[in-house]
Amino acid sequence: MSIIKKTCIVCPIGCHLEAEVSDSGEILSVSGNTCKRGETYIRDEVTNPRRTLTSTVKLTGAKYDKFLPVKTDGAISKGRLFEAMEILSGITVTAPIKRGDVIVENFLGEGVALVAGKTVE
Amino acid sequence: MENKKIIIIGGGPAGLAAAIEANNAGIAPDDILILERDRELGGILNQCIHAGFGLHMFGEELTGPEYAGRFIDIVKERNIGYLCDAMVLSVSAEREVSFVSPTEGFCRVKAGAIVLAMGCRERTRGALNIAGSRPAGIYSAGTAQRYVNIDGYLPGKRVVILGSGDIGLIMARRMTLEGAKVLRVCELMPYSGGLPRNIAQCLDDFDIPLYLSHTVTGIHGKERLEGVTVAKVGDDRRPIAGTEEYIECDTLLLSVGLLPENELTREAGITIDRITGGAQVDETMQTSIPGIFACGNVLHVHDLVDFVTKEAYRAGASAAKFVNEGGSTPTGSTLQTEGKNGVRYVMPQKINADGALTTETTLFFRVDNIYRDKFVTLSVDGTEIFRRKKRFLEPGQMENITLSEDAVKAIRSGKTVTVALA
Repeated sequence: MSIIKKTCIVCPIGCHLEAEVSDSGEILSVSGNTCKRGETYIRDEVTNPRRTLTSTVKLTGAKYDKFLPVKTDGAISKGRLFEAMEILSGITVTAPIKRGDVIVENFLGEGVALVAGKTVE
Repeated sequence: MENKKIIIIGGGPAGLAAAIEANNAGIAPDDILILERDRELGGILNQCIHAGFGLHMFGEELTGPEYAGRFIDIVKERNIGYLCDAMVLSVSAEREVSFVSPTEGFCRVKAGAIVLAMGCRERTRGALNIAGSRPAGIYSAGTAQRYVNIDGYLPGKRVVILGSGDIGLIMARRMTLEGAKVLRVCELMPYSGGLPRNIAQCLDDFDIPLYLSHTVTGIHGKERLEGVTVAKVGDDRRPIAGTEEYIECDTLLLSVGLLPENELTREAGITIDRITGGAQVDETMQTSIPGIFACGNVLHVHDLVDFVTKEAYRAGASAAKFVNEGGSTPTGSTLQTEGKNGVRYVMPQKINADGALTTETTLFFRVDNIYRDKFVTLSVDGTEIFRRKKRFLEPGQMENITLSEDAVKAIRSGKTVTVALA
């Protein structure tokens, strides 16, 4: 049995979470969380850690902006963040763009979309 | 001279929210003027492309541009007045604002009320007095953030970051994702000034080591930075001889604190708080000069934009009330607030006993060290009114107390409000 300690990243409170994990990798108990999302977070951390990715892609046709902020509209596997960055470096979008516009659907096959973070006329 | 009912200096999150709330309180959109020195509204949020904004305001995690965008949309939809590329040169106690802009030239406008929302700026290498040469490759973390996120340039490949404030932590992750190697983050203090979750998701996720009680004591290189000397510091925060270590790097990012940008405030003769570096205000966000209000990072540095927005709503509503009521100010007694036993400052610094004091009034404070299992107490003239248990208190997290009915009652007949740890 082992204890895994993590700082919760779900919200700015940053609860100090602890998960008791059996030798077979099964989560026996979770403590330190002040909400349900904290428990979900540390369960994911032990099994399949996921992160939302925010970055930029190239932008043409805008008055000032040369780059457009983008984000995945849900978390992707933490281990695939650099793979995702490679893909983003090959994307160019053209203004006008509205905040929330989908740039890539089912990004990396992770079931989340890559969306625009800013309205650019 | 032109007249405006409300002039708001700064078009970042504070200025946008103040403008919207002033409009909600009955000030016509064209009687409001936001003056923004950048080319677009949104302030620093435009370069904060990471997520984590808006959990309190919207119950979801937005990126900086998304958070700003929601307020910019409202300002534009309602045709609230704003002017970008406008640099304010002076604010007077008589509420005259002078500014220059490429389209309008030099202008002077008389305001019924003014909201100061200029934000803050970063402490620089000059403020730290790090010894060594002056090569290229040394940036404040926010400058590097602008280069990467807005301009699309990576400032360097091998990076040392001094200071573990949130911007430094965020940039450690951002530079790593963009292909740079972040060698370490050094923090002078024995604890980080950043949010705990940013240490987890920006450093731990990428195995970037955090060296607490360490600082940069030397900068090396002629044209371009070639390396830095890092040393451990003692309890007195001075480098310990013999602990120096040379680290080869081409970039040094400084994330060593933010300073409210109050040149205009000082020149107007407004009283500044020595600890926060911002104006002293009452619970309506009014400064020492009637009709001039302040909110956001120009008042005190926040860690969450949500609280900036809430504070700015209050400032915008108060400015509108001041104008609508013909410049009336509270006439009753004024209480001072103070922080004791580990509470570094309390904001607002003054409370008007007969003012807009309600059970929705919130006192914000910061502690001066890391504390575990403490009570936060609120006392009026030495009598404790309220206490709340806190498991963790950290300087990097702004705390708040919302006044109870008992507290409001006690404050109405008191002189001093004390927030302390017990």
